[in-house]
Amino acid sequence: MGAQLRVLRRRIRSVQSTKKITKAMELIAASRIAKAQARVEASKPYAEEITRVLSALASSASVDHPMLTERENPERAGVLVVTSDRGLAGGYSANALRTAEELMQLIRSEGKEPVLYVIGRKGVAYYRFRNRELAGSWTGFSEQPRYEDAREVGQTLIKAFVAGKDDISATATEGLPDGGDDGIVGVDELHIVYTEFRSMISQTPVATRIVPLVVEESEEEAPDGPLPLYEFEPEAETLLDALLPKYITTRLYAALLESAASESAARRRAMKAATDNADEIAKTLVRQANQARQAEITQELSEIVGGADALTAAGSDS
Amino acid sequence: MASLHVELVAVERMIWSGEATQVLTRTTEGELGILPGHISLLGQLADGGIVRIDEEDGEQLVVAVHGGFLSVTEKGVSILAELAEFADEIDVDRARRALDNADLASDDPDERQAALRATSRLRAAGQSV
Repeated sequence: MGAQLRVLRRRIRSVQSTKKITKAMELIAASRIAKAQARVEASKPYAEEITRVLSALASSASVDHPMLTERENPERAGVLVVTSDRGLAGGYSANALRTAEELMQLIRSEGKEPVLYVIGRKGVAYYRFRNRELAGSWTGFSEQPRYEDAREVGQTLIKAFVAGKDDISATATEGLPDGGDDGIVGVDELHIVYTEFRSMISQTPVATRIVPLVVEESEEEAPDGPLPLYEFEPEAETLLDALLPKYITTRLYAALLESAASESAARRRAMKAATDNADEIAKTLVRQANQARQAEITQELSEIVGGADALTAAGSDS
Repeated sequence: MASLHVELVAVERMIWSGEATQVLTRTTEGELGILPGHISLLGQLADGGIVRIDEEDGEQLVVAVHGGFLSVTEKGVSILAELAEFADEIDVDRARRALDNADLASDDPDERQAALRATSRLRAAGQSV
């Protein structure tokens, strides 16, 4: 067998085994999208209910909760970026990171300092490589987030926000925050950058502010007449204190679930493109191999014929 | 007799919904029983507590609920929970072990939460704590 043919055959085998891998990944990603979407659906009753309760609470009581009011001189803004743990998902992580960069630019132009929190190994690697300081990072659950993960992230963020209230104590040197009485430098607002799942083929990164909070109205039609008058147990302020962190965690959880669905969709698309590509390459290579084989046969034939001719010529000469 | 529409919703999914004759639980303020026609109410459930739902067909549904809220409107009762588990699904030995490992009076909030969760499970399973 000719050297050229052997090389071509080897490349075909290699491309085909790569194709098997990408095809398998495509199928896995496709099944994960369906699962992630089902989890988004399943988490909706709670999200709707807590939104309804919170709207009722906010409208029944004239409450001035720190998480609902904007601070006068915001200095630091927390930014939580949701990226993936694994690569091979097309532009999924890169797009989220780019949106985060834009958001941080905006924050800087408003005279605030961004503080980074990252979910997902890809995002962590991106910022580590650029020597950027991370205030917090979580990895290992980007594809299948659980509520506990959202709660853990939420607790850290809320703690930072609460600590941000008194960053500059009376004894601090001017302009330099010393963390105030609790010694922790916190943040004055919180943003989240995640990837919205629009459809199987379209996922867009979005940046939203989660604290100070704007309670999203539930999608349901407003009931006729005023909201019912509620009794509160315990009183409205305490209730709001307990409920707001849970609401924020719910929002985070929803964002994580949606990002997970987007990640799988992006991976499915990237892997489909890779599979199609492998198909294409294999086809071209097979054509080249066939051609090489034909050329080899032709050459062998002409060598035999040439040899026979030479022998006949030598025989007739003698 | 009028009945009460009850929805029990956990973070990750809707757990149970149906008609009931009464709902018994404990808020941070104290024991609370809800019958049909109750005034609108928002309440925070005590951590480590249980919810008893008396179904229309006379059966009693006992659920361990942790980190929950209760909202009563004219439409019915909805219970929001971070963790909700039916009494007959609870692994009593595991909850008992969890309670042994965690101290209710601990300074560590995570450990206290774990202890409260275990308490809630054991109570729902009818064990004394």
